[in-house]
Amino acid sequence: MDPAYLVPFITSVQNVFSTMLQLQVTIGEPTIKGDPVSSVDISGIIGMSGDVTGTVVLSFPGPTAEAVVGLLTGTKMPLDHPDFADAIGELVNMVCGGAKGQFSGKKKVSISCPSVVVGKQHAIARQKDIPCVVIPCSTDCGDLMIEVAIRESPVHAEVAAAAAQA
Amino acid sequence: MKILLIDDSKTMRNIQKSVLAQLGHTQIEEACDGQDALSKVGAFQPDLILVDWNMPNMDGLTFVKTYRNSNKVTPLIMVTTESEKSRVIEAIKAGVNNYVVKPFTPDLLSQRINETLAKRAA
Repeated sequence: MDPAYLVPFITSVQNVFSTMLQLQVTIGEPTIKGDPVSSVDISGIIGMSGDVTGTVVLSFPGPTAEAVVGLLTGTKMPLDHPDFADAIGELVNMVCGGAKGQFSGKKKVSISCPSVVVGKQHAIARQKDIPCVVIPCSTDCGDLMIEVAIRESPVHAEVAAAAAQA
Repeated sequence: MKILLIDDSKTMRNIQKSVLAQLGHTQIEEACDGQDALSKVGAFQPDLILVDWNMPNMDGLTFVKTYRNSNKVTPLIMVTTESEKSRVIEAIKAGVNNYVVKPFTPDLLSQRINETLAKRAA
């Protein structure tokens, strides 16, 4: 994966957390996701399509997610609260929306509505055909991670190559 | 002042409601997508609409285009994660009066609401 695709997600998660939660995010060393995958309690998932395709996952351990959702909503909410998944979905939506706006080269990218998985120690399997980079993040509420598995869509890559040769 | 909030996220609608309450606005109706909003605008007759872009069933841009076919007056503010210049232009061409990119601070949203209402009153 082009490392240039990672920076927008780092910038965006820091911007979303500082603006909406007044929470600073410290970024760790990104790694390639391997097997077996580590387990988490909450995952917000968004698909990207257009000139860039793939998925982005924002994952949290339960206590971190509860603390973050508490800051976003101003209400203490347990994991099984009916609005808990909605709050996580909005967070991942803002992170991905902010990141795609920073992609270089005027790429046209659409993001899907978020899906949220709530379940103790679940694992999100990685897509085999796209490398997945895990960006560890730490905050005063605990650790979380962003998994970015995206690539330039083949059609866009061909057009870009042809334009570069012209 | 009657305000319609259109966003598929209840969390986001609650955040916006809290900002509006601080501005003294309490007559608020909520819709979870463009389709839901179209079914409510007739009876509610809002004075201001805040609308998200990416929503299931009917997105915000389609709502704005449809709504503007019959109502050219009521101010609309798009509140969305879509930050690309081309998207902002597309929304304004469709009939949006102001634009707020998520994430936003309460102060920024308040400012955009106030300036939109001030322009309408002028």
